[in-house]
Amino acid sequence: MRFMIIVKASKDSEAGVMPEESLLSAMADYHAELAKAGILLDANGLHPTAQGFRIKYEGGKRRVVDGPFSETKELIAGYTIIQVKSREEALEWARRFPNPHNEDGEIEIRQLFELEDFTPGEAIERFRAMEVGGARN
Amino acid sequence: MSDTHRAIDAVWRIEQAKLIASLTRFTRDIGQAEELAQEALLTALEQWPKSGIPEKPGAWLMTAAKNRAIDKIRKAKLADSKHAEIGRSRDAEQEEALEALDAALDDTIGDDLLRLIFISCHPVLSTEARTALTLRLIGGLTTEEIARAFLQTETTIAQRIVRAKRTLAEKQVAYELPRGAELLARRDSVLMVLYLIFNEGYAATQGDDWMRPQLCEEALRLGRILAGLMPEESEVHGLVALMEIQASRLNARSGPDGEPILLLDQDRALWDQLLIRRGLAALARAEALDPELGRYGLQAAIVACHARAAKASDTDWGRIAALYDIMAAREASPVVELNRAVAHSMRSGPQAGLDLVDALVGEETLKNYHLLPSVRGDFLMKLGRHAEAEAEFRHAAALTQNARERSLLLRRADACRHS
Repeated sequence: MRFMIIVKASKDSEAGVMPEESLLSAMADYHAELAKAGILLDANGLHPTAQGFRIKYEGGKRRVVDGPFSETKELIAGYTIIQVKSREEALEWARRFPNPHNEDGEIEIRQLFELEDFTPGEAIERFRAMEVGGARN
Repeated sequence: MSDTHRAIDAVWRIEQAKLIASLTRFTRDIGQAEELAQEALLTALEQWPKSGIPEKPGAWLMTAAKNRAIDKIRKAKLADSKHAEIGRSRDAEQEEALEALDAALDDTIGDDLLRLIFISCHPVLSTEARTALTLRLIGGLTTEEIARAFLQTETTIAQRIVRAKRTLAEKQVAYELPRGAELLARRDSVLMVLYLIFNEGYAATQGDDWMRPQLCEEALRLGRILAGLMPEESEVHGLVALMEIQASRLNARSGPDGEPILLLDQDRALWDQLLIRRGLAALARAEALDPELGRYGLQAAIVACHARAAKASDTDWGRIAALYDIMAAREASPVVELNRAVAHSMRSGPQAGLDLVDALVGEETLKNYHLLPSVRGDFLMKLGRHAEAEAEFRHAAALTQNARERSLLLRRADACRHS
């Protein structure tokens, strides 16, 4: 099963302040451990929301809203995807995640849906629904 | 199982390979190392439910195992003073052993883990023993899990592991990493074992125990570990690339009723793009280290051609045919020849394929291989030679062991008759 470790944004991350060398190196060590254990699938940091934008659905319309966004603690600053055998193993690895902030804060761990989580018919339908355009045709 | 026990289970899975690897350097015997590690686990199971899981559970387990080892040395020493026949009798040796233990436990574990992998895949062991031992010691799978994955009884697997450990001890298998040509041969044995584990999982079908497909994940994980330990080895990255890309199709290769879906008919939207990306990156690393690529690297390059094609019709058959040409030139194998024929037919039409496949008819090793008449039938059908095609399909249907495949082949035979 796959889990996403979600690092929430902070004042610093939203201000585009790069983490200190010590934190960067702790993060690098941690991810090296994940890689050495063969369970690291993906990891990325995200630019501040000042460079992002949102699409708002309003009635039948779509509207583009540029960042930055204000609800800092609900925003995402980065993620790491791991592949493990159990929720407990995900928890054990997540427990070792260095504090990504210079202050109190949190990381959030969520399990990714797998195809097996759906009944077969449903799964295919969902994937079809997610497909954009007519690549299939 | 309580929450704490499940948590301990997870810690164990994460730490046990490192633990056993480090302890093996000291004991020089993986059986003893595993015992020490198991005893440390027992201590944890006893204490952690009360004390909570320590901040650094890996270090905790290592210390517990180390204490057990020291206990044993002391006891052996005591026994020595009574029974002179027991080896390691001199005080100096005891001291040395304790020092070696300290050094072993303080050192980085990377090389230890690599040694442990190499020992688990040692050629003195049967292939089955290598597989079981690797899954047990490196993968941290329980005997029960391995048994379920390989459709064997637990007793069979347990015996296999016990015997493997005994063989390693009896043959006094060197703990040191081999060098030069031997390193290559031993590395190939490791790669072979990992790919075998992967294929065992890949062959699993719907309705099989869930542990079987797990083997793919496990083999991939072990492959990624190995790539981290041997970053300069092109073939290791090649094998990882091959497994990542093949695993990317796991969800697409069977239909709702479990019927197999051939590569070119698969819904590519179901392919796992993250694994494909990882696979292509691993292949790039393999190619950078050795542009010629080894056998796994070549296979990875072939599956990568499919992974890169957004639609089946986008497939670069010219490149695939060229890769099969290289493969066929390196090792003559009728199965490679057959695949090569298919690739050439996709590039240049069915006659090109038929020419290559006709050279294989009469090949002794392919006498009972249903894919030969099946492929030949396909070429003949496309060339409009329906009667010959029908005969080939019926021949193939008679050879295959798989009921689903048989009915598909018979349907194709019938279709030839009616066209």
